[in-house]
Amino acid sequence: MKDKKFSLKNPSLQSILTSLICIILGLLIGYIVLLMINPAGAGEAIKTILLNFLSRSSAAAQMKALGNTLAKTAPLLMCALSICFCYKVGLFNIGAPGQYEAGACIGLYAALAWHMNWVLCLIFAALAGAVVGAISGALKAYRNVNEVISGIMLNWIMLYLTNMVLSSKKVKDPASPYTIKLMSGNKSALIPSAGLNKLFANNTTVTIAIPLAILFAILIWVILSKTKFGYELRATGFNKEAARYAGMKEKQNIIITLAIGGALAGVGAAFLFLTGYQEWSTTQTSVPGMGFNGIAATFLGGLHPIGTIFASFFIQSITDGGALINKSVYPSQISDLISSIIIYLCAFVLFFKYALNKWISKRDKGGPNVNDVPVTDNAAKKEGGDK
Amino acid sequence: MVLLLQYTIIFASVLCLVALGGCFSEHSGVINLGLEGIMVMGALGGAVTMFLLPAGTSKIVIVLATTLFAILIGMIYSCLLGLACINFKADQTLVGTAMNLLATAAATVFVRAMNTSINPDNVSSSIQYIQPKKAFLKYIGGFEFNWFMVMAVVLLIASWFVLYKTKFGLRLMACGENPQAADSVGINVYKMRWAGVLISGFLGGLGGIVYITAGVSEWKFEMGVAGFGFLALAVMIFGQWKPTRIALAALLFGLFRALSNVYTGIPILAAMKLPSTVYNMLPYIISLVVLAFTSKNSRAPKAEGIPYDKGMR
Repeated sequence: MKDKKFSLKNPSLQSILTSLICIILGLLIGYIVLLMINPAGAGEAIKTILLNFLSRSSAAAQMKALGNTLAKTAPLLMCALSICFCYKVGLFNIGAPGQYEAGACIGLYAALAWHMNWVLCLIFAALAGAVVGAISGALKAYRNVNEVISGIMLNWIMLYLTNMVLSSKKVKDPASPYTIKLMSGNKSALIPSAGLNKLFANNTTVTIAIPLAILFAILIWVILSKTKFGYELRATGFNKEAARYAGMKEKQNIIITLAIGGALAGVGAAFLFLTGYQEWSTTQTSVPGMGFNGIAATFLGGLHPIGTIFASFFIQSITDGGALINKSVYPSQISDLISSIIIYLCAFVLFFKYALNKWISKRDKGGPNVNDVPVTDNAAKKEGGDK
Repeated sequence: MVLLLQYTIIFASVLCLVALGGCFSEHSGVINLGLEGIMVMGALGGAVTMFLLPAGTSKIVIVLATTLFAILIGMIYSCLLGLACINFKADQTLVGTAMNLLATAAATVFVRAMNTSINPDNVSSSIQYIQPKKAFLKYIGGFEFNWFMVMAVVLLIASWFVLYKTKFGLRLMACGENPQAADSVGINVYKMRWAGVLISGFLGGLGGIVYITAGVSEWKFEMGVAGFGFLALAVMIFGQWKPTRIALAALLFGLFRALSNVYTGIPILAAMKLPSTVYNMLPYIISLVVLAFTSKNSRAPKAEGIPYDKGMR
């Protein structure tokens, strides 16, 4: 009993617990929506969303579908890391989609117009993202423009700019709105698979991008929590004035943080478009969802780089699962709905933790107090009712 | 030229309404990044009303019902912001972002489910309202006059009056500047902030339906409102949180937005042969540049973005 109490106070366990609460509530609301649309197949549909690749019939098909999900988890994870890194430094990098677009733009242009190999394309994509991030950072540091507002504006500017650049004859397929397939345009720009595709039923989109993304997550965690550089950045985030007083260059730190965030998002785009998973559509009129889903993965991962790995996989898995449900009955956007509900609920994480700690301290004082448990329950139900 | 004027005014009406919504919310101390989402919900409420009203409904009923439902849904949706940010002291940026994502997803799911239930083969996410939309329009020569334009002007004047000339407005602004001081003289900060958020739901929801009926007769809800809520935020900042300046800023931004719709009809612009994406980018680039020059001495409400905690000094 004593061990259990002790472990409930453990902050990482609390983070996992609150994330699970968010997931369960999100799925519950999603299930209710499915029931309202058509009660007959709702159970089957929510099962498909949750199981995703496991709902395929044969083992080979399952591995292939898992490979697809993993191939898209890598870019999502990079976007989530971008947001997570900046958030730890006190900046809300909502401009990640714009940095992602910049990465896609220059990465694909380098691959198709300049015929570079994948390493160079990756570096160019990272640089492009970093430049866009640095613009937000410089505006924040020197012109006092909120990074959220400038980020949103840059998302749209970069979307149209990317469409314009990638519409050039050198990179666009003349017969469709998409860019030329890398397979036929420039094979050397494809990220190598190093035999990983063999594990996933010869799914060619499974590349070393996946382990690389996980390495990036570990790297970000080490930088943030184990190095002087990371400490300085976090100190700037906690208190700008105090950081300056301690001799840190707070303006420079803001720019560097957003540039790193931008580079991560830019690499994320390269991890999707340089695997040949899909091509950029030059006629798209909305900001790609990858960056916004990154926000979901960041907060669901408890704002911890390692946690985001699992959260990214979960978000991508339910998104892919949503595409598998019976589309003549249910809209596939149901998984977008679930993940956006999860983000909304993540805003209550602090409250959940507060309620949990209050409950623990009460229990420590005078035995279990049943009255406090339903507080979290009621709060959750209230949210559900509002939708 | 008439077309340019018409689009400028209608887009300016949208931006003005939504920016005023943001203005009320921020003056009460809550940053409303969810305006985009509120617009989508208002648009959904209005579009569904127009779609469901029987064919023979009189014009006045169509106008009133559509407006009313857009406003109502906008206000209900804004409760998500109020609940999380005022009562649970959540991160306002995160909640706003979540609301934007949620609105687009929920609206798409709703419209598709509705379309499929009427006709099993119809899996599109768009609603058509060609016929009922005509109730809002009156042709004066070549100019397509829209009743929403009048509503925008009336609400602009009303907003100015409420904010500066009534006890309620001054109290509301006090909550955004110094909530502790406001509380010490007996103003209920939580109530005032709820009022600010609900008014932003009112104006945002109305702005949403105006936007989707502005140029087209059919709306695809997968697109949300294409970043217009964010543009309205830029208008609000450029307007320095003051209704009169917001109106002028809205006209300027409306003009740039209108250009992207009609530039092919203007000989000088068509002759320049710029790709249409340039005109799509223009409003955002201009707002970024403008913000870079005006944010240094910004007059933002001092306590915005900070959850009010009675125990804090």
